[in-house]
This record gives sequence, structure tokens and C-alpha cells, in this order.
Amino acid sequence: MSFLQILWFVLIAILWSGFFFLEGYDFGIGMQFIFNSRNQDDREALYESIGPHWDANEVWLITAGGAMFAAFPYWYASLFSGFYLLLFIVLMALIYRGVSFEFREHMPTIQGSQLWERFIAISSFIAPFFLGMIFTAMVSGMPMDAKGNLSAGFFDYVTPFTLVGGIAVTLMSYVHGLNYTRLRIIGDIRTRAMAQLKVLYPILLAGEALFAILLFFYTDFFQTKLLWTLIILVAIVLSTVIGWYLTVNKKKEVFPFILSGLTLVEVVILIFVGLFPRLMVANNPLHSLKIINASSSPYTLKVMSFVVLTALPLTLGYQIWSFWVFRKRIVADKVVE
Amino acid sequence: MVTLVGILDLARFQFAMTTIFHFFFVPMSIGLAVVVASMETMYVIKKEEVYKKMAQFWSKIFLLSFAVGVVTGIIQEFQFGMNWSAYSRYVGDIFGAPLAIEALVAFFAESTFIGLWSFTWDRFKPAIHVIFIWIVAIASSLSALWILAANSFMQNPVGYAIDNNMGRAELTSIFALMTNQQLWIEFPHVLMGTFVAGGFIIAGMSAFKLLKLKKDDVQVDFFRKSINIALAVGLIGVGGTVITGDRHAFELQSMQPMKYAAMEGVDETMDSSKRADKAQPWSLLSVTNPKTHKVIARIEVPYVLSILGNHSLTGGTTVGTTELNKQFEKKYGKTHDGIKDYYVPENTLFYAFRVMAVGAGLLGMVALVALWFNRRKTNLILTQRWFLWILGIMTFFPFVVNTAGWLVTELGRYPWVVYGLMTIADAVSPNVSAASLLISNIVYFLTFASLGGVMIWLSRRVLHDGPDAEKEEELSPRDPYEDLAGSEEAAR
Repeated sequence: MSFLQILWFVLIAILWSGFFFLEGYDFGIGMQFIFNSRNQDDREALYESIGPHWDANEVWLITAGGAMFAAFPYWYASLFSGFYLLLFIVLMALIYRGVSFEFREHMPTIQGSQLWERFIAISSFIAPFFLGMIFTAMVSGMPMDAKGNLSAGFFDYVTPFTLVGGIAVTLMSYVHGLNYTRLRIIGDIRTRAMAQLKVLYPILLAGEALFAILLFFYTDFFQTKLLWTLIILVAIVLSTVIGWYLTVNKKKEVFPFILSGLTLVEVVILIFVGLFPRLMVANNPLHSLKIINASSSPYTLKVMSFVVLTALPLTLGYQIWSFWVFRKRIVADKVVE
Repeated sequence: MVTLVGILDLARFQFAMTTIFHFFFVPMSIGLAVVVASMETMYVIKKEEVYKKMAQFWSKIFLLSFAVGVVTGIIQEFQFGMNWSAYSRYVGDIFGAPLAIEALVAFFAESTFIGLWSFTWDRFKPAIHVIFIWIVAIASSLSALWILAANSFMQNPVGYAIDNNMGRAELTSIFALMTNQQLWIEFPHVLMGTFVAGGFIIAGMSAFKLLKLKKDDVQVDFFRKSINIALAVGLIGVGGTVITGDRHAFELQSMQPMKYAAMEGVDETMDSSKRADKAQPWSLLSVTNPKTHKVIARIEVPYVLSILGNHSLTGGTTVGTTELNKQFEKKYGKTHDGIKDYYVPENTLFYAFRVMAVGAGLLGMVALVALWFNRRKTNLILTQRWFLWILGIMTFFPFVVNTAGWLVTELGRYPWVVYGLMTIADAVSPNVSAASLLISNIVYFLTFASLGGVMIWLSRRVLHDGPDAEKEEELSPRDPYEDLAGSEEAAR
């Protein structure tokens, strides 16, 4: 493996981490259009809290996909064609979610807007669930031929492990979204978010334990990288426990939000560390896709590295600035105003 | 074998459907960004409220088109891996780079600044706020540049070498990729096409609204000014597309002669020196038999093809499709990867090209008349209702001409996915089932149909409400859940 190949493996992990950290709470906010809103003011506040950002947050996904295409075309080809239907469902969810944000704004009646708000909520569940499923299926050993073509059937990627993986990512996103609500919105909605968090933190913790057990049975993480796997699993649990404590006992807002985002990032790190030095895990270890022979040519990697290392700091710069511009809290309750 | 053909056809249908639908909204949103940015710039310069109102009003249509454009764009990026994995493996080393750079360099800026722009009207000084929309407009044009760099590689592969060990094409020069001759005739043409879209959609919608308004309505001034700004952009677009389009067609003679011959309906090679008038006639209409690939009927106009293809009244030679097919067979073998011949769908290319050319001429004429009628002195635009109808119908024309152009470009590289390098049949995913493709095709189709329908319906609503529509909060009824208590009380 060359330095650039490893650099790109890490960069793609960073792009996915950025996506789950940022779009994670967008998904969580989307879910609250059903599960944490009493009236139109609430929903308006929910939209306003992510309105200026959700689109840019989603670009992390597009960049991650593009980076996989450019740096590891064999990975991109195997993954995207192999999990065809799962990805198709994710795409549909992202399509309906994206247009619904815009369509709801222009509906002539409240009822009309509510139709699109339901689309937002439902698709906000579907997207993280199926993304979680794809990522867990990717590491649990799929039927692949020597060329890297996946021939996975329904029962290859729908297993207890991938189901728990999907639910875990969805639940983490929801908790992350509730923490975002507590951070950004003023009103009753924030009190309700706290009440829900009190219930959800222990459930999430139980889910993480179940995930860790299934990880043992469905992947080779514990055999190949015992120490790293344990460290990251402990980090995931610790982030959740500390977040729980700070939320419920200390009524903190900023740290629990960072921690719930970190939990999602740690899941990405777990997947990528477990993958290394592979890109896709096949049933037959000989057919697993490896970093060393699935990447682009050294020249392309060099060009892409140059582009990323100049553009990414700039991109991060204006994105952070944009978050700073919209730092003020949003008032959901018109009476308070 | 039967299933394999099925998969290829389904994957091709899906690519055509998703690209065409996506390409409805790409030129629309880039063009609308330019027009809206021009309106806000007028506000900054002239400080008249009407221009601010204009930018805000038309931004509603812009944001709608942007949303649909973005989400359908994600399909495009993922589709190469999902349906065309063999292609992705073979040229990913080259093709992936511009796509990734597009997301990183252009799309991030576009989506961040569109958020900043649409939520900060009352937070930044106008002179600062207008910068955001210009960043959006420029970044979305840059998006087009990178995407077309990828497409240009498919049309005219440059800057690569074949690695036989890996069994793939590899990038040898990003510089060559970005200075691809094809890119620099395609990108300006598409960019000008976006100006046409933005300009005529706003002008056309304004015309529909003027038809509904009374002559002394306060909104009349608003929509007349909108027409002027929009058509200024639209006219630049028409002029630009004609100039770049002419160059595009001219260069095609050497780059993709088969596409050019089909566009002009030339089946047998036409050598002007062998003709009495020493000039090539141009077919106004022609019908090609899709089986024999011979032209069975045509109406000719003398000299015109020499003007187009040779940039002079006489001279020039156009190699016909029959001879080109023979050349291809000699070069790549008679049955290259199961392909029977190298002909392109002649009739589609021929008429799509004419739709594009005639459309541009028509749009240009309508724009000139509209600007003439819209002069303050005469107010002709308000009395000539028939013309407002024509201008209104022009709302839909950019979609037709842009799609026609796209069809010429993409169908004209048949049977290649990368010209001369890889055939479409070799590019498809070998492991995706026909059932998966069929399901996704049906769902995409239904989704696009409903999204398009909602989009048109909402745009009409926005136009119906007009720029003076009250803010949503004041206009909309109270929340139904809250209302329950209220109405019960009222009933008592």
C-alpha cells in the first residue's frame, strides 16, 4: 500500500464522518416532524433550525461518493452495484426529503404543508436506516466473485446484524437530532426533547451492547483487530453514557450534541478500522476487495490529493462561517416572542 | 442472452430518463440564478425596492428548481456505480476525478451559499448579500464545467493511457482532460443554453401573468421590468448558443463525423467539387430508413451545408454515414463486442438538431419583438394580447431545445460509451438483475412524473399569488389542531 492509498482511505472515512455528524442531526430533526412537534410553529422552527444547512450537509455524501469513485473505482463499482436495491431506497428517501423541504414552503394550506412534512419525517427514518444496513453488510462478508461483483441476495444483507446496525444508526441520528433541538430551539419542543432523551439514552445503550455482540458473530473484527475494536466500542459506549449524564443530570446542551455526533463518527471509524486493509469483505477472503489493488493510479491519487488539500480547508472555512452566521437560537413558541 | 439484452435496454432507458429529467432542472436553475442575481444587482445599483422584490419573488421559482435539480443529481452520481459498474471500473481512474472535484469545489459552495443567501435578506447589507447569489451562480456554472469535463471525456477521450495489467484506462494528464477541445465547445454552448432557460422561463411566466392583470394593476410594472431583465439574459443566451453551436457543429466534422453526418442527414458522401454548383445542399427535412440507413426522402436547400460546414458559400466535403460505417468497421472490426454496425439513430439526431436550431431562431425573434413591444413609449405589450400568449408559451421552449441538444450529444456517440474505447454494451453492471432495474425504472418514472407535476403546480401558484402575496404566517389559516378548540367554541 502506498501512502496516497492510505491517505485516501482515511479521507473517505473523514468525508463519511462529516456526513453522519452533520446530516445525522438533519435526519434527527426530520424525524421530529412527526415525533416531536405539536403545532405548525414547532415544525416551522424545526425547519428553520436546519434550513440554511441541510443541503450543504448532504453534499458530504455526494463528495464521499465522488471520492470513492475517483480514488477507489473498484470499491465504488462493487459497493454501488452490489447493494443496488438498498441504495435505491436511500436515493428515493433523499429525493423525497430534499424536495419536501422546498415544497412545504409553497403549499397554499397548512394541510398541504403537512403532507410534505410527513414525507420529510418518513424519509428521515429510511435514509439512515438503510445507510446503516449497507455499512454493516459491507463488513459482514458478502458473496463476491474474483472481479468484485457482488451477488448478494435478500438474506445476505438482511441479517440480525444489519438490522441492528440500521436501527442503531437511525436511533443515534434521532438522539443527535434531539440534542440539536435542545441546542438550537427555544420553546416547549425543547422540554419534550429532554423527556424523550431520558427514555432513549438507555435504549440506545442497550442497542449498542447488542450491536457489539452481533459484531462478534458476524464480522472478523474481534479476530483480526481485537484491541482496536474494543477501544472503539468502549469509546462509543462512553460517549453515550457521558452524553446521557450531561443531558439528564447536568442539563448541558453543547457537549451532549458533540458527543452524540461523535458516537456516529465512532461507528464510521469502527467500520473503517475493521475494513483495513480491505475495502469490501467477501465470504471468500481471497475475493475481498483490498486497498492495494482497488485504487486509482498514483497519478490520479496525486491530482486528487492536491485538489482536496487545497479545497477542503476553504470549504470547511466557509461552512463554519455559515454556521456562525446562523448561531442564534430559534424561537418555536410565538408567545415567548 | 435475452436477459442480457433486457438489462442493457433497461439500464439505457434509466440513464436516458434520469439524465433528461435532471437536465430539465440544471439549465433552469443555473439560468434562473443568473437572472435573479442580475435583478438583485440592479437593486444594489439603483436602490429601487421593485428590484429587490423581483429577486425575492423569482427566487421562489429558482429554489424550487434547485431542489429538484439537486436531488435528481444524486441519482446521476450514484448511477454509474449502480448500473454501469463495468464502465466505472474501466474509466473510474479518469471519470471519477471530475465528479469528485465537482462536489468538492463547486457543489459545496453552491449549497452553502444558497442557504446563506435565502435566509439572510435582512441580515446583510444589499451589497454583501448580492455576492452570495453571484457565488451560487458562478459555482453552479463551475459544476457544469466539471460535469461536462467528464462528459467530454466520453465524447472525445484525451489524456489517458491503457494499462493492460489492470485492464483499464488511466489518467495521464489532468491538464489534457481540462483542455479537451470537446469540453471547450460543449461547455460554452451549455452555459449559454442555461441563460436561454433562465431568461425565457421568467419572461414567459411574466407574460402569462400580464394576461391576467388589468392594465392599471400595480403589478404590471413589476412584470414588465422582469421581462426586460430576463430577456436581456435570454438574448445573450440565444446569441451565445448560436455562435457556440455553429462552432460545435463545425468541429464535429473532424471529432465525431458520424454524429455530424447524421445530424445533417448525409448518408452518401457529399463532395462539393463533384457537383455543378460546387456547393453542398442542406437538407431541410429528410427521412432515413432505420434498417438500411439510407435516406428515402428529403427536401434540399442549396448552398447551406457549405455555409455551415465549410463557412463559405461553396466547397467542402461531408463524409456520409455509409462510408463512415465502413471506416469504423475497418478500424474496430465488423462485430466489435457484439455490435452489428456503427450507425447512430439518424432520424432522432436529424430532427433533434433542427428542433434546437429552429427553436433558437424562434426564441431570438420573440425576444426582440418582446423588448420592442415592452418599450415605455408604446406599451404595445399590454394591447397585443396575442403576443403575450406567444411569449408565455416560450416558457416551455427552453426545456424542448435543451433536451434536443442533449439527445444529439448523447445519442450521437452510439454505440460507444467512451468514443472509440468502450461500447455501451460492455459498460453495464453484470450483477444487477433485470427485476431490480425494472422496479427502479418504474419508481423513478412515477417519482419524476409526480415531482414534475407538483413543480409546475407550485410554480403556477407562486405566480398566481404574485409578488405582493402576504407572508405565509398571515395568509395561512391557523393550525388545525389548535383550531379544533376554537371552532368548537365558535359552534357553541
